[in-house]
This record gives sequence, C-alpha cells and structure tokens, in this order.
Amino acid sequence: MRYYNDLMKERRVTYKPAGKGKIFTDPDADRARLYFRDQKPRKMTEKVTTVQNAVSEMINDGDYVGVGGFGANRIPTAVLHEIVRRKKKNLGLAGHTATHDFQILVAGGCINRCDIAYIVGLEARGLSKMARRAVESGSIELTEWTNAAVTWRYKAAAMGLSFLPVRCMLGTDTAKYSGAVEMECPFTGAKYLAVPALYPDVGIIHVHRCDVYGNSQIDGILIADQDLARAAKRLIITTERLIPNEVIRREPAKTVIPYYLVDAVVEVPFGSYPGNMPYEYFSDEDHLRDWMKAENDPHTLKDFLERHIYGVKDFNGYLDAIGGIARLQELRNLETLVEK
Amino acid sequence: MMEYNNMELMICLASRYLEDDSIVVVGTGAPCAAAMLAQKIYSPRLMIMFEAGGIGPLLPSMPISVGDSRTFYRALGASSMPDIMETCQRGLVDYTFLGGAQIDCYGNINSTMIGDNHQAPKVRFPGSGGANDLGSLCWKTMMITPQDKRRFTEKIDFITTPGYLTGPGAREEAGLPPGSGPYKVITNLCVIGFDDQIKKMKVESIHPGRTREEIIENTGFELLWVDELEESEPPRKEELDILRNEVDPYRYIIGRE
Repeated sequence: MRYYNDLMKERRVTYKPAGKGKIFTDPDADRARLYFRDQKPRKMTEKVTTVQNAVSEMINDGDYVGVGGFGANRIPTAVLHEIVRRKKKNLGLAGHTATHDFQILVAGGCINRCDIAYIVGLEARGLSKMARRAVESGSIELTEWTNAAVTWRYKAAAMGLSFLPVRCMLGTDTAKYSGAVEMECPFTGAKYLAVPALYPDVGIIHVHRCDVYGNSQIDGILIADQDLARAAKRLIITTERLIPNEVIRREPAKTVIPYYLVDAVVEVPFGSYPGNMPYEYFSDEDHLRDWMKAENDPHTLKDFLERHIYGVKDFNGYLDAIGGIARLQELRNLETLVEK
Repeated sequence: MMEYNNMELMICLASRYLEDDSIVVVGTGAPCAAAMLAQKIYSPRLMIMFEAGGIGPLLPSMPISVGDSRTFYRALGASSMPDIMETCQRGLVDYTFLGGAQIDCYGNINSTMIGDNHQAPKVRFPGSGGANDLGSLCWKTMMITPQDKRRFTEKIDFITTPGYLTGPGAREEAGLPPGSGPYKVITNLCVIGFDDQIKKMKVESIHPGRTREEIIENTGFELLWVDELEESEPPRKEELDILRNEVDPYRYIIGRE
C-alpha cells in the first residue's frame, strides 16, 4: 500500500502533521492536471453503457472510490451491487456521509481502507452490526476526518489545488487520527488545519436525468456531488432516465455535471433504491430494516445477500426480488404524496 | 399537572432556547423535534438548516436522514454540504445540537470509539459525521442527552468534537473561532450550562421530582452549581399538544423513551 505521508516526508518542506492518519490518495495538483489533460474526454461522444461494463472497465481492484449522494439518499446502488457481485477487492472509500453504501461494500468485503467522516451507522435507523464488526476487527485501515473536511478535500481537488485550509477538527482526537497538517495563515497568523485534496480514482453518482454524453441534472440538494464529480479521475453516472440533449440545452443552468467530467453513463430506473430519490421515491425503510435484522446472524446475512445481490443477475433482478413495480409504486407514492 | 416523559421534557426545554430570527443546524431525532416545536410556538422565523443542504424547509414530518427529501420539502433552498458548512464557518449559524456516547466536564464529545486502539476499537461508533464541524464552527452548541455515569465521564476515550477542550482559552489556542462553544446540556435530570470563567459544566436548573443527589450519582465528574438553583419549568400544555399532535404524531422520537 502506498501512502502519501511518506512522499511528504521526502520533500524539503517544514510541516507539522496534526495527526498520524494515513493519506490514501495523491493530493498532488500537477499530477492531477496531467491526468485530466491526458485522460479526460474532451469530445462530446455517447457514453451510454451497462452497469456490468462500467464496473468491469472502470473499477479496478485497489482503486479509491467516492460515492455520491448521502448514504441512503440518491446513491448509485446498481454500481455498488455490481462491485460486490464482481468481488472487487482492496478498494479505498471516502466514508463521507456513508451509511447504506458503506454497508453494501463492507458486506461484499470490498474495502480495505477508509477515510472516515461517518461510517457503520444508518443515522436514525441505528447501527449496522456487520459493518461494525468489520471495523472493530481491524480489517479496514482508518483515517478520521469530518463531513466538512472530506467535502472540502473534494473541493480542493475540484479547484485544482493540493489542499485547503479549514477551521474544523482543531484541538481534537479527530485531528490526531487524521492526515491533516497544522498551518498558519500567511496573512493573519490564524491557526488552520490544511486538508489534502482528495482526487478519487473513481466517482460514482446517481442523478435524476442526463443525456447520452453525460450532461446531468440533479433535483434537490447536491450534498458534495458537484465537487466529487470534478475531483474524480473517472466518473460513472447512473441516471433515473436518459433525456435528449435538447432538454439539457433548454435549461443550461440546471446542468450540475457537464459531459467532459463524465466517463460512463448508465440508465438505471429506481437506481437509488432502497435509498431515497428526491421527488421520485422514498427510501424503503422495511427493506433497510430487514437488511439490518439479517446481520444478527452470519447465515441469515449470507442468505439475504444471496437473495438480493449474488443470486440475481442485475439490478432489475434485485428490484424484482424486493417486490417489483408494486413496491416501487408504493415508495413513489410515499415520496410524492408526502407521508401523512 | 400534565403527564410527560423524559424525551418530551427535554425537547420542550430545548425548544425554548432557540431564539426567533436565528439560524440552527439540526440533525434527525430530538434536536429536529425541538427546532420544529420552537418554530411552531416561540420562534416562527427560526431558520432550520440541515448539513446536507436543506435550507428552511416546511418539514412535513420527521426526517429519517439529514439528507432525505423531507429536509428540503417546500424549502427556501436546496443547497449543498459545502455551502452549509461554509455558512457555519463564516459565522452565520447561531445554534446546533449534538449527541454522543461520552461527554466530559468541558463539553468535549466522543462519538467515535470506546477503547484505546484506534485501528481495532473495542466499540466503534459512526465518528464525527458533521458533529465536529458544527461543534467547531457554530456559535452555540447544545446537547440533548440522557444523563448517567457511563456517559458523563471524567475522561472520554476520544475527543471527536471539541467542547472547551482543556478549559479557558483552549479553543482559541487550538485555532477554533473565538466566542464559539458549548452552551447548554439538556438531560433527563437537569439543565446544565458552562461557567463563564472556568468553562466547566454548571447545573442551572433541576427537573421537577429530581434531586441534587440523583444528579451527582449520575455524573462521573464534579459538577458546579449556580447559587440560586431553580426548578426547571415543566412542559406547558401548549408545548405538549403541538409536540404530540403536529411535530411527532407517530411518536418516532417521543415514544423512544
């Protein structure tokens, strides 16, 4: 495993690490520029593919992955399941607001290192016993951060920089187990922490609609996806629906992710299931509860994963297994009529 | 005399601290209920924000995630996490609410782990999430929490979120924004503030039917007490009616007791 802490030591820069956490990704802005110059598509070509092809061609064992949305809201579930089905190994993860996405990847044994802002929990739903066991066993390398810190690490990368100064984490153990560095403002002398830019190998984001080139629209909150899309070296977009380019051109202000950031486009209706998709469908709380309950016992968990991930061919197979259109319609009603 | 449970009591007390025309960032659960209640009774113009980007929603019901669609239902804005966090960092957010597994006398909070081996902790919790950011960058941090010896402890295993760290001046020394920090801790037994000088927890009022001894018994460190200790004002009828009928009709939060 290559850590960028060592690289920093080699440089003749005086710096004071605030923490002993490992830095899993290269924050170097010049290397990122070269990558973006040489590897990012300038040409507006069709990028529509399948989940299977996107995962097999764009996600390699050992890659560092950033997942869009917020844990169980607007998440790219189809790609996460395919990563598990293909038994991808030794992935790094930006555990940024990670809840059900983390749960899926840990269930598949896919992660060996994680930048933590939030993991093992599912917010008001409680904690994932399985994810917790995996973390407590020591099988995943952990570096602590915060939601804002990871967001700003994406932002630093999106800005084409190698770090940003921040005012969170100061004085805490969170900083001591992070990869942040103490610094002084050159203008005011204020104490800040410098957080390294986070350029993930792969970003995976689920959007409401995009065209075949990847020009994407998102309805509702963006969480950190405008920056993740720009920070990621490769970007997979899954979309509720494909739309004509003409629709994009009619309202250009709605384009959150332009085509030149995107490497693959996959249409996946109900693609955030069992997560919430704003204005489309609410989260399937029963299913999420069933999943957590299955974690009480390794055998029931194995059966559960077999039934919903390993034993089905693709995401549509999963949707069939959870009740198909009838269930999805219920969730859509829940979202659009607003629960009374 | 109205009947009420601990959760209802804590939510009602918390709601009274949220001033009108101020901004609060909340999570799910009791803090969200307190903010909704405040908005419906005391502070109709209270601006509620969620860290994932929701700005000023007309909450139709309890969100289950700080990023679900209810957090920007009929909102004034649907923004982003960097925008909300930067708004906190700019000094525009007055209040926030946090929870945790352990808290010490300076209001430092642990929501990361129990044990001493970070790579393989005895018990792992979710970690900071946005807690450290909010506790670092908002002006006044409040907690709603049950009080017992395990939770209110002399030494916490991990400082996830800064309170007053090691005492007076420590936040500023660390580089945290001057003038920010813990404000109130609202428990099932009492309301606790922080001493202006030494920045340690100071009990301000005891809930009806609770005693000083009970509070001492349930605290793992020495508490300060204000000279004129008051009894906390129990939930008013209007508060309970709105909390039960409008804020949390399905008792998701208030039924959790």
